[in-house]
Amino acid sequence: MACRTGYWRNTGIIEMLEALQFEFMRNAMAAGLLASLICGIMGTLVVVNRIVFLSGGIAHAAYGGIGLAFFCRLPYMVGTIGFSLTAGMIMAAVSIKARHRADTIIGVLWAVGMAIGIILVDLTPGYNVDLMSYLFGSILTVPGEDLRLMLAIGLVILGAVAYFYSDFLAMSYDEEFAQIRGVPVRALYFLLIGMLSVAIVMIIQVVGLILVIALLTIPPFIAERYTRSLFQMMVWSCLLNAVFVITGLWLSYAYNVTSGAAIILVAGVGFFISLIPFKPAGRPASDSQSSGR
Amino acid sequence: MSANVVEVLNLWFAFNGQTVLEDATFDIPAGDFVAMIGPNGGGKTTLMKLMLGLLKPDRGTVKVFGESPSAVSHRIGYVPQDVHFNKRFPISALDVVLMGMLTPQRRWPRYSRADRVAAHEALDRMGMGPYCDRKIGELSGGQRQRVLIARALVTQPEVLFLDEPTASIDTAGQSEFYRLLKMLNEEMTIVVVSHDILTISTYVKSVACVNKRIHYHNEAELTGEMLETMYACSVEKVCPVELVAHGVPHRVLAEHGDH
Repeated sequence: MACRTGYWRNTGIIEMLEALQFEFMRNAMAAGLLASLICGIMGTLVVVNRIVFLSGGIAHAAYGGIGLAFFCRLPYMVGTIGFSLTAGMIMAAVSIKARHRADTIIGVLWAVGMAIGIILVDLTPGYNVDLMSYLFGSILTVPGEDLRLMLAIGLVILGAVAYFYSDFLAMSYDEEFAQIRGVPVRALYFLLIGMLSVAIVMIIQVVGLILVIALLTIPPFIAERYTRSLFQMMVWSCLLNAVFVITGLWLSYAYNVTSGAAIILVAGVGFFISLIPFKPAGRPASDSQSSGR
Repeated sequence: MSANVVEVLNLWFAFNGQTVLEDATFDIPAGDFVAMIGPNGGGKTTLMKLMLGLLKPDRGTVKVFGESPSAVSHRIGYVPQDVHFNKRFPISALDVVLMGMLTPQRRWPRYSRADRVAAHEALDRMGMGPYCDRKIGELSGGQRQRVLIARALVTQPEVLFLDEPTASIDTAGQSEFYRLLKMLNEEMTIVVVSHDILTISTYVKSVACVNKRIHYHNEAELTGEMLETMYACSVEKVCPVELVAHGVPHRVLAEHGDH
């Protein structure tokens, strides 16, 4: 019995469970799990609609909002969400109206937004905020009221996606056909980008804006191959995210490394493992054309 | 109350400054099986999108069953080209067909039991019943095509629009496909955009040549001139089309009057 406990102690799990008695650790877990829910749902829609680059653009442009919030003494959430939504709506409009120039403009907003944020922070007199915590996340210092906001936003996103599920599905798979059937594809697209902009601001606190993309795209990428419905893909994305977050937090606690980067590293390992070819048993190859009658 | 399914009147449409359709006028009567042919850039896909309500005319009108296309979307079936779909998308064949039952009025629940029954029946009719739970990417090109047709048929439309439906099917499959369309034509009007005038000529009832303007021929006929609009063919260049006919080609279209 004694050597059993000794074995587990070496892996740090017991220490991890002990750490949960600290509020900051519980908050970090909660933030991580809420981020998993949000990223699982939004990430699925991002991957199937192929707007990964646009998401990166929003994440980096959001730093302009962080700078704006500090410079104008606004609350962090107000400044960042406002700026992020504006940038997102511009990118959405451009990707509809000028499709072939869209990625250039997204790239410009990506860089300029970031630059605006950095300059504004430079110009803010007094104590300079720690850049790193927004670039790489500060999951261990998420305050309680931000958690409540994350929960509220998570529930709103869940509700909106559930209500418009069939419309999002139709729009993501075949936008033209959806439009003919009366789905308001344009409005839905803007709704999607709007929800994405707000979600990204929440996730920046967990893994930082540089790594938001990974949390949005890796689990859905893994799940896409093995799932047969958008709903299943979302569920598995949320679960995979939760596994990555918890494992990453444990690693960062046990080995004293940056939590955001640890989470993404675990996700990366998961990504590479998923690339190993794996044939589900009992499924015949695609039938020939002549079959079927 | 006209017997015309589609009425296009003085239609103008430009894209990126280029005029795609210029003063186009024609009607499609009920029960027709019309092939829309023409050179690339001539406007046939644009014309179809205008008839479906995906695009709005710059000038002139497009009417389907006497109304704007969006008002009668439940009476229209549409089979798009198979090219731009994400093959790994997580969706089953049944869910693709169910998409055909979407109506903007109904929010929750989105699909009723009757919808699902109709979807299963549409799949069965296309011979894809056993594949209803298969992921769409696991099906072959021809099977996917049949699922898309089932999706178009699920609302029991009165007119079926198809955009380049045989682009990814081999020759044997193409004949079978057009036989299927001929069978469907007994219940509904069929409008096909196709590059493939040689295969479809035996099955269609009429031909619309679309090249900025529209010339509608009541009987399916082929002239050398029509072939030239599609395949540049002259003494200097080698003709890419070789016609093999049993006997004298028996269908000849009249000349377009106002070239």
